[in-house]
Amino acid sequence: MLQVKNMAFSVPDKQILNNITFSVEQGKFIGIIGPNGSGKSTMLKIIYRHLKQTSGLVTLYEKDISLIPQKKLAQVLAVVSQETPVLFDFTVKDLVMMGRTPYKKWLAADNQEDFAIVEESMMLADVLHLENRTFSQLSGGEKKRVMLARALAQQANILILDEPTNHLDIEHQYQLMDLVKDLPITIVAALHDLNLAAGYCDELLVMKDGTLYMEGTPEQVLTEETLKEVFHMQAGVSKNPFTKKLHLFFYTNH
Amino acid sequence: MTGTRFTLLLGALAAGLLASMTFAVMVGSVDITPRLIWEVLFFKLGILLETDASNAQTVIIWDIRFPRVVLASIVGAALAICGAAIQALVKNSIADPYILGVSSGASVGAASVILLGAFSIMGVYAISLAAFLGAIFAVVTVFFLARVNGRISVIRLLLAGIAVSMVLSAITNFMLMMSKQQGGIQAVMHWMLGSLAGAKWSNLAIPFFSLLLVFILLLMNYRQLNAMLLGEETAATLGVNLDRFRIFIILFVSLLTGVVVAVSGSIGFVGLIIPHIVRMMVGSNYKRVLPISALIGAIFLVWADMAARIVLAPEEMPIGIITAICGGPFFIWLLRRKRYSFGDGE
Repeated sequence: MLQVKNMAFSVPDKQILNNITFSVEQGKFIGIIGPNGSGKSTMLKIIYRHLKQTSGLVTLYEKDISLIPQKKLAQVLAVVSQETPVLFDFTVKDLVMMGRTPYKKWLAADNQEDFAIVEESMMLADVLHLENRTFSQLSGGEKKRVMLARALAQQANILILDEPTNHLDIEHQYQLMDLVKDLPITIVAALHDLNLAAGYCDELLVMKDGTLYMEGTPEQVLTEETLKEVFHMQAGVSKNPFTKKLHLFFYTNH
Repeated sequence: MTGTRFTLLLGALAAGLLASMTFAVMVGSVDITPRLIWEVLFFKLGILLETDASNAQTVIIWDIRFPRVVLASIVGAALAICGAAIQALVKNSIADPYILGVSSGASVGAASVILLGAFSIMGVYAISLAAFLGAIFAVVTVFFLARVNGRISVIRLLLAGIAVSMVLSAITNFMLMMSKQQGGIQAVMHWMLGSLAGAKWSNLAIPFFSLLLVFILLLMNYRQLNAMLLGEETAATLGVNLDRFRIFIILFVSLLTGVVVAVSGSIGFVGLIIPHIVRMMVGSNYKRVLPISALIGAIFLVWADMAARIVLAPEEMPIGIITAICGGPFFIWLLRRKRYSFGDGE
């Protein structure tokens, strides 16, 4: 459904992304991994059209995204970005209701359908009990889940997450990943925690210095050689005895 | 805040505005009873066929005080909603409707009419027209300075607004300094601090319809205004066409501010504080912020204008001094309260 062809992005005297090509199938959970500065966020920003690529093409259902009207795009593609500064305070319910913005024409009031969708989104993201609280009173994990609920209310087919587990404690990291994994939509997430990526993603894209270094299933991608080459880390690859998923152990010769 | 409580608040404020306006018409060098005011109003509207009011009383109520009170409420409502919209546009809580250079541009226009006699063929409308043109010229300049590669950058918009305001204020000050006419200098100072003394039924129509138009347009776009408060990136992913929406806000807010400044001078503070007071009361949702701002802005300016008329009677005090003296300390009190963050996020 989502295709990236020969994408490149540069700012004056620096090439940020170089010749990236991949495609994402419907319903898959795709993880993007790579060290800091490897271009993960930039690539996501181009996909959700906050930045414009210098060359290359991004297509959604075989249509160039730069030709899709802003509102239409927001009905198909939802984003939870890294930080969401909220100027002034909103209640959780009001914030999640903002996810309905792309469906609203001038003067259209919020109707029963919107309220039902908002409630369902809040329930999915486990923030229904917070609906009347104001955003600034919430903890980091709660804020993240509210932003996720807002994105869910957009009822998009594809959800883009930029480091969704940042600033979350261990319980909320797994809670959020469980929640996202169960969604019947396509997920593209930039992730820092490689064990989370291994445990939840169907496919991984490995970024290095602005290029797509490798792609494949966690088992294909997360090998001792790749980790050494891309992350400059020594690692042992094993299996989590409880989930039977791939598990990595990192060490240094200290 | 629930829907019913919001409706109640809206009703209470509307009643408060009517009561304030009635009271403001009563107060002045000639005392008038509330009964007489409503009688004259219904008489003029053709509902009552006769009235106890004398001719002189009718003239004072209908031709002098009424238009002035109505203008005060229009100007107050306009500045308050423009301030609220501009704060969403630049995503900054210190923004007010004059941040794009409207008031300094208008001052140059007004000063050149008063001191240099520009536009004298326009007669009594010369100052308003010149002020409006000056305001629009300033905003257009700021707008083009803030465009980079066809996109408007918010920080450039703010800085260009400051720079253009500085240059235009310098021009006004230069004209003031070079002028030899004491009366003219005083008239410019008076104009810059704002006054509603020029209110007449004949010059209410343009401000009223501009306010109505811009209020409806902003209210129709309350979702986009809300989304802007989440930041450019998030607003865009919610389907807001940022460039088009920014141009739309700049265009209509400047138009309304320009019209208001042209009839009343640059009355400060209202456009900054009212939106903050309103957010404290009803939260940040623009669906509520806009109508409540309009009402509270109107009430505030009706009272401020009443004070401007009576504090130094028979002299008039510039209304800008009243809004700053009453608004400033209240705002400082708000600043010290912990419950409201002024958009600090945390």
